[in-house]
Amino acid sequence: MTFTDDDIAALLPLPPATFHILMALAPGDRHGYAIILDVEARTGGEIRLSAGTLYRAIHRLLEQGLLAERRRPAGDDERRRYYGLTPFGLAVARAETARLAQMLRMARKQGLLPERA
Amino acid sequence: MRFAIDLLLRLYPASFRREYGDEMRALYLQRLAAAGSAAGRFAVFTEELMGTCAGAAAAHGDILRHDVRAAVRAFAHAPGFAFTAVAVTAIGIGANAAAFSVADVVLIRPLPFARPNELVRLWEAPNGAAGLEASPPNWRDWRAMSTSFTAVEAFHAWDVNVVGGSEPQRLEGAVVTPGLMAMLGVPPALGRTLMPTGPADGDVGAIVIADDLWRTMFGADSGVIGHVIQLDGAPHTVIGVMPPTFRFPDRDAQFWLAMPVAEQQIADRTDNWFDVIARLKPGVSIGQASADMRRVGAQLEAAYPQENRNVGVVVRSLRDEMSRESRLLLLGLCGAALCVLLIACANLTSLLLARSLTRRRELAVRAALGAGWERLARQLVTETVLLTGIGGAAGVGIAYAGLPLLARLVPLALPVADVPAIDGRILVFTMIATVLTGLGVGVVPALRASSEAPVSALREGTRGGGGRRQRLRSALVVTEVAASVVLLASAGLLLRALARVQAVDPGFRADHALTMRTALPRPEFDVAARRQRFYDDVIAGVEAVPGVQRAAYISFLPMVMGGGIWPVVRAGEPAVRTPGNTASLRYATPHIFDALGVPVIKGRGIDAADDATRPLVAVVSESFVKRFSPGADPIGMRFSFGLAERTIVGVVRDVKTRGLERESEPQVYLPAAQQPDSALVGYQPKDLVIRTTVPPASVTDAVRAVIGRIAPRQPVSAVQTLDAIVASNTASRTAQVRVLGAFAAIAFLLAAIGIHGLLAYTVSQRAHEFGVRMALGARQGEVVRLVLRHGSSLAAAGVVPGVAVAWAAGRWMQSLLFGLNPADAGTFGAVVALCVVMTLVGCLAPVLRAVRVPPASVFRGD
Repeated sequence: MTFTDDDIAALLPLPPATFHILMALAPGDRHGYAIILDVEARTGGEIRLSAGTLYRAIHRLLEQGLLAERRRPAGDDERRRYYGLTPFGLAVARAETARLAQMLRMARKQGLLPERA
Repeated sequence: MRFAIDLLLRLYPASFRREYGDEMRALYLQRLAAAGSAAGRFAVFTEELMGTCAGAAAAHGDILRHDVRAAVRAFAHAPGFAFTAVAVTAIGIGANAAAFSVADVVLIRPLPFARPNELVRLWEAPNGAAGLEASPPNWRDWRAMSTSFTAVEAFHAWDVNVVGGSEPQRLEGAVVTPGLMAMLGVPPALGRTLMPTGPADGDVGAIVIADDLWRTMFGADSGVIGHVIQLDGAPHTVIGVMPPTFRFPDRDAQFWLAMPVAEQQIADRTDNWFDVIARLKPGVSIGQASADMRRVGAQLEAAYPQENRNVGVVVRSLRDEMSRESRLLLLGLCGAALCVLLIACANLTSLLLARSLTRRRELAVRAALGAGWERLARQLVTETVLLTGIGGAAGVGIAYAGLPLLARLVPLALPVADVPAIDGRILVFTMIATVLTGLGVGVVPALRASSEAPVSALREGTRGGGGRRQRLRSALVVTEVAASVVLLASAGLLLRALARVQAVDPGFRADHALTMRTALPRPEFDVAARRQRFYDDVIAGVEAVPGVQRAAYISFLPMVMGGGIWPVVRAGEPAVRTPGNTASLRYATPHIFDALGVPVIKGRGIDAADDATRPLVAVVSESFVKRFSPGADPIGMRFSFGLAERTIVGVVRDVKTRGLERESEPQVYLPAAQQPDSALVGYQPKDLVIRTTVPPASVTDAVRAVIGRIAPRQPVSAVQTLDAIVASNTASRTAQVRVLGAFAAIAFLLAAIGIHGLLAYTVSQRAHEFGVRMALGARQGEVVRLVLRHGSSLAAAGVVPGVAVAWAAGRWMQSLLFGLNPADAGTFGAVVALCVVMTLVGCLAPVLRAVRVPPASVFRGD
């Protein structure tokens, strides 16, 4: 699959829930429930994705080509479906991270956050 | 719990559910299991419920957006199809919404009075000819002797001069018997109405005003009660203001006064000027009331054998009374609108059927790729609803644009708003009908086609399509042709009838004549000599205006006022009115015949020397001579008429006083200077007729200036040309022809589109066959003949039943045809010829396409 910087820029900024899902999949493929648990654990319970929100987001990310369905590891529950980042998805997640980092640097410069110790 | 989860999942679009349903169900269960306690499970469930609702709505939104985008793309690829479908829908919905809104107001909606179905009109019916106002003594006796009514009241149109505003005004209103307003049962907006306190009592000198007058004259002042205004120089106290919905007896009435019921004024049993309206007792039918009034009429005839000879009474419901003339006209209009809707639906069906066939392959491909039927259905539904929705919105625009034209069909006498509003229910109904048609024909067949055999559909390519559907489309086109023939023929008949009416000679020269009204205040001007001075001054002044040839005053203008009828009594005859002995009475100043353009045939016209000191003379019309002195020389004949004996000095052409389409009584013109003081006051000349050599409207200002100089406080009203008066006489006919003509043109266009669409489709389907034929040596002419034969057989199949129905429709509306034969050969010939032309034009493009099929191309496949 080929994509351009414009394709990436068109999707930014990402909605927070979407970015969390991409983050959850950065280390490797997961099924839906694992994504919810990962997001919940990483945010200390602050963000709890409902199934409805999750699957609509997944549906959209699949359509946009950021995710792809992956093969289920042998022996796992048959109803589970695994999802993973595509190269495009990874690129978008990186671009979003860079954008946020840039924002953070600017905010610091304006004295909105104390300099790192 | 599983059940609740399934229910939650139902909220999602089916395609989404199929994709993720199992997984989500598993996830719900896992989360619920992890929650542990009942409270925790409840919290999880609530959370999921909210998440699911939001997610499901969003998922539906995604699909809708996707489908709308896809539909717009599809329309952009087939702009002809999209435009035609939208236009067809818009026309069908617009025409129906407008036509039925008007018909609803005129024919169906209850009149704005209390218990309107109980209200009836009573008319005298001399010799069975219905429709004469009652004489006041007869009214009084009806009221006393009848048993069917809770009230029998009377009114009479009345107009007065009002001085006090920025400009002197002429106001139209009514004088009513004391119980009339209470009987109608509409409470006033302010103050009180006139009270039933008995005749010659209480409310004399009181005035109730209409909402309109309250706003224009008093600036909607809520303290208006008790105000005194001058009507014809006499003070009147405002006692009440009626709400804007109260319009009686017609739309223009501005005020209501108590009927001046002095005994001598209501003594004459042959002076018919009371409009009688009554309220039926609860449970009494019109038939029972008619029987009751027949009894009363017979008793009165026995009591007054001379005056009431053969005078019956008819009872008609107020509703029918007010819309009698327009009923047929509006029913015809609604029929036409339904025809248009039928054609529109047929056309839409045809369009969508053709489209669903061409999309068979696309749908089959998508089904083969795994799209569920409900996903395809959903997209088709979205497409159809979008199409018809846009069409509906455009239809509302058409309806609003068309209303003013249709509003001219609302009779003036109907007490409702001038321009009816578009009725929301009718709009919704027509939209639903159209959308259902669209769904029925656009979605269902397409899906059946896609579900039955995707493989065969793929194999068949874009050709294919069942013979059954082809037959259905042919039937639709035939229906369209038939319906448009009916509309064309009806419109054609009405157009010919209109031409016949307009060709009727009114008896006067309508061009180059301006008219206006200066009604002199009474009783100040009841002295004839005083009036004469005013007439002389105005006529001299007006005739000095450049471009004016002649000016004269007359009691009533032809076609504006048709009544004013008196019995003609020759020596030795009883002084009673019989159906055959009446003539219309008009007082006029000299030169009235020059001003009206009515030729004097024998003797002389009215002369300046004919004043009160000279013998009483009369100028009569030709039909008067024919009726009352056939064969003899009319000049010098004496007869009693209008309270005195008179001698005929001249004969003039007949004038259509009652309008182009009605029989008029013979006319008698009397010199204005010979009108006695304070008698026949309703006949005092007040209409000024000005014959010009320049365009008549151009002298209006100069004439107004002349009158303003002579009598500054004198209102001038009803300024119009004689041409306009004649035109307004046929206005509702003209409007009707225009409306029906527009409907017919639309139907014709739609039918042409239908024929063209079907043939174009057929040709594209048979391109292969044509190619083979031509490759095998068929000439182009044979292929052309093939297509033409198909087109003309469709047209013929539609024209034959269409002509039959049109003939029946023509007979049904015969009373509107002014004597024209409903099977008028010219009209039907023209309609059939138009259909032939339409078929040929519709065939043209498909034929050209057929002969241009390169024989080799068809073998390369699609």
